[in-house]
Order: sequence, then structure tokens, then C-alpha cells
Amino acid sequence: MNIEEKLFLVRYNTDAESHLKIISQEVCKKCEDKPCTYICPAQVYRWSCDILTVSYEGCLECGSCRFCCPFENISWKYPRGGFGVSYKFG
Amino acid sequence: MGDKPYSDKSYSDKYDVIVVGAGPAGTAAAITCAKAGLNVIMIERGEHPGSKNVMGGILYRYPTEKIVPEFYKEAPLERHITEERVWLLSKDSAVKMGFKSTKFDEEPHNCFSVFRSHFDKWFAGKAVEEGVTLINETLVEDVIIQDGKVVGVKTNREEGELYADVVVAADGANSLMASSAGLHPEVRSETLALAVKEVYHLGREKIEDRFNIDSDGGVTIELLGDATQGMMGTAFIYTNKTTVSIGVGAFLSQMIKNKISAYDLIESVKTHPIVRPLLEGGETKEYLAHMIPEGGFRAIPQYIMDGMVLVGDAAMLVNSLHREGSNLAMTSGRFAAEAIIQAKENDDFSVKGLSLYKTLMEDSFIIKDLKKYKNADKFFEDHMQFFTLYPQLANDAALEFFTVDDVPKREKQKHIWRGITEKIPSWKLIMDLFHGWRVVK
Repeated sequence: MNIEEKLFLVRYNTDAESHLKIISQEVCKKCEDKPCTYICPAQVYRWSCDILTVSYEGCLECGSCRFCCPFENISWKYPRGGFGVSYKFG
Repeated sequence: MGDKPYSDKSYSDKYDVIVVGAGPAGTAAAITCAKAGLNVIMIERGEHPGSKNVMGGILYRYPTEKIVPEFYKEAPLERHITEERVWLLSKDSAVKMGFKSTKFDEEPHNCFSVFRSHFDKWFAGKAVEEGVTLINETLVEDVIIQDGKVVGVKTNREEGELYADVVVAADGANSLMASSAGLHPEVRSETLALAVKEVYHLGREKIEDRFNIDSDGGVTIELLGDATQGMMGTAFIYTNKTTVSIGVGAFLSQMIKNKISAYDLIESVKTHPIVRPLLEGGETKEYLAHMIPEGGFRAIPQYIMDGMVLVGDAAMLVNSLHREGSNLAMTSGRFAAEAIIQAKENDDFSVKGLSLYKTLMEDSFIIKDLKKYKNADKFFEDHMQFFTLYPQLANDAALEFFTVDDVPKREKQKHIWRGITEKIPSWKLIMDLFHGWRVVK
């Protein structure tokens, strides 16, 4: 079972605006390992065409990206009240 | 609002107590304060309490009854646990240990498997019954500090400032309350574990057959060794009524270093040859992720400041060696509430006025247990062989021991011992076991 299939099972109330922001894409370019791209359990962060994309819609709000970025380059917030992941079981 | 627990009381902007986060710690604090007649508001960012919350899934009866006596007669629980198993995994085998007792079948039960989205909602509903004002779908963005004292919180709602004598920060491992008040300076990837879990449907019959349980009894399995691919952590399987909760967690720092993705790790657990037959023919219903503050005693921040207390995960209260968290959360919430009740009587909400919280914590199993294991994290981090080599050696030895051939037993024992000492000198093994015993004794 791949990550897309897993995320398909999760219920979200998606906000129109991202709660996760990359402070500087220039910093990501210099980042060698890009741990956010493999640590995030929802694969929110992907490196494509020299840009770090942020699919905040799939965020499970665990906060691991907040601590794995070696440059503290992710501005991490919770989604607005009522938005984001809403577990059926938990 | 549908069936969400949500109080219809209109809310004023000055309370005795603001509780941020309606998980086990926050709700325990809210109920205890409300029972003493305090005016309490509890703010939850999810659609309803529990909708953002994740744990492996074991809830303990004793601490919960201290808040709601005989809760098990009405709370949404899955199964009462009658058997606890530990498996040491190698790539293709497992050394299995466990304990089962009919005593665990008798009421009152020791612990239960639960779904947090169901249990927390019910638990917060009990707070509402006690007169707590519950506000859902509201994010607390900041603490309001005046003259070095917390006097309230700022929410994302319009004119969303709320004031109280004391704020209870029960907003979990990623406590924004604690960081905005400057109480979480030391949080690092070395003190946090990242865990993922799946709720996996099998149906009642398959569960009861495969796990050898009858009626509403249940089983927990903790998996060590190959389950975490050599990282410091564990995997688990807990039986619910018609599903199992299967998950795996490891220290975030080690997942970063080893470049391991949690979603791949959980697949490797699910497809492990010893685990797979248990899961055959089922399907995943939900996928979840959460961080667990596993830094132990040394990672506990200052948990009292003027006008605010930290409880539960926000105070990093997790005993990872014993799989305990929700019980520490509820008990800390109750202790904080008792201190708040006393502070209210004396009208003193300073660190000194709230110091009963510290006294109760230090006199209890919470701080005593975490102190007991204060060297364990560091020890195991420096002795990764406990997660790699030793489970493997145990499996190698068992395979040799149980394989019947024409080798005389004494020679077999010698061969097993030689196999071990080829991989680790006997003096080092003895030192490791001795020191390992010392950090957990």
C-alpha cells in the first residue's frame, strides 16, 4: 500500500490557504539531504524542478517537519480551527 | 453542531480557568476544576474533541476512574486487555513472550483498547455535563502575557481574546502554548518519536480466532528488533472490536539519520513474515501519524509559570519504556487542577501559588517513574545493539535450540554460545546486560 492510497483513507476539511510555508526556496536548494521529503509521513514535501512543493492538503499535523528541517526553514503552524485532518478513529 | 459535545452557554470573556486542548490531560483538568465550582472554558481546535488525537490505543482504567468513576460502564471502549505479548523480531522469526490472566477478564479491568476520536469526544462531553464551556474548531494562537504573567489566550476567532486567572496548556507534543511562553526551548529531534498507525479492519471473528481471545477480551503485542529496522523504537498491534491498530514509531533523529520514511516502515511491519498471517484478508480503514515526546525526565520543561501550567504531552510526560502516556496525561491534569483549586482559594496564581502541582507531581509515580528511567534513553541510544544485534542473537539461539538433529545438547549449547561470542565478546555482552539492567532496575 503506497502513501497516496493511505492518505486517500483520511478525512480532511481542507482550508483554502496553506498552514505550512517554506521560508526561503534558496535555502532548500542548498539543503543536501532534504529530510522533509522523506520524514513527513504524509509526503507533503516534494522536490521537483528545483522547487520544494508543499501539498499541505495531506498534512497529518504531526509536526515532524518542524523538527527535521536542518535550517528551520519551514514556518510551521496548525491549520485554522476546524480545518485540517479529522480522524474517524484516532 | 450535530452530535458534537458543544456547550450552548454563551461565553463571557473572563473565566477562572482556560484549558487549551480537549485531550485526556485537558479534560481531566477541566472536569476536576468544574467539580470544585470553578468557571472553566475548554478550547479545542478540532471539529470535536479527539478528531486530531492519536495514540497507540491503550487507555488505563485506574487514572481514568479518578476523574470519572465507573467510566467503563458507558464510555466508548473497544476491548479490555487480557493478554500482553512481546515479540523480538529477526528478519524471518520471532522470540515470543507474553502474559495472559483470567484476572484481567474480571471487572474492573486493567486497561482497554480505544479510539481517541470516540473516547475523547465522550470524555469532553463529561466535562460539559460538569458545567465546562467547550468551544470546538478554535485554534489558540498565542498566550497573552502581562507583566511576565499569563493572563489569557488569543484565539483565531474575531475578538477572540479570552482572559482567566490561570491557563492550562494541554495542547500536546507540539505545544504552541509552551513555545510562545518560552517554556519549550529544548525540544529537539532526539527527544521526539514519530509514530504512524493504521486502523486495519479484520472483522470480529478473524480477530478472536487469530489472537485466541473470547468475548470482549483483547491482546496487545509490542514488537522489538527488526520491526524498527535497527532504530530505537517499537511497533505494536492492539486488538479492537472489529479492527486492529497496527503501528510503528522510532526516534525522529534516527529516522532522519537513516533516511527512513514512516509509511515505508509500517509497510515493512505489516508484511513481515511473522506478522502478515495475522493481517491476511483485511483492509486499512485509516492512516494516522503523531509525534510522541519521549525525551523522558531530562526533557520535562518547566511546567509551572505565573498564570499557566503545562500538562500531559505539552509537559512531555511519557514513559516510553512502559507504553504509558494517557495515564500520565490524565493524572497530571488532575494534579494541576487540584493546585488551581488551592490557588483560587488563596487568590494567588503565581508559580508559588500553584506550587502544589509540583509537589503532587514529584510525590507521584509520574516524576518518580520518569526519574527512575532518566538514563535509559541515553543508554539505549549508545547501545543500539539492544535493537539490532541482541534480538537477532536471541532468534539465532532459539533456532539452534529448537532444531532437532544429531548434535549432542552440550555441543549445541557450545555452538550457540560460540555464535554469540563471534558477534560480541562475552565480557561486552555481560557488561551490556548488567548496565542495561541498571538503567531500568
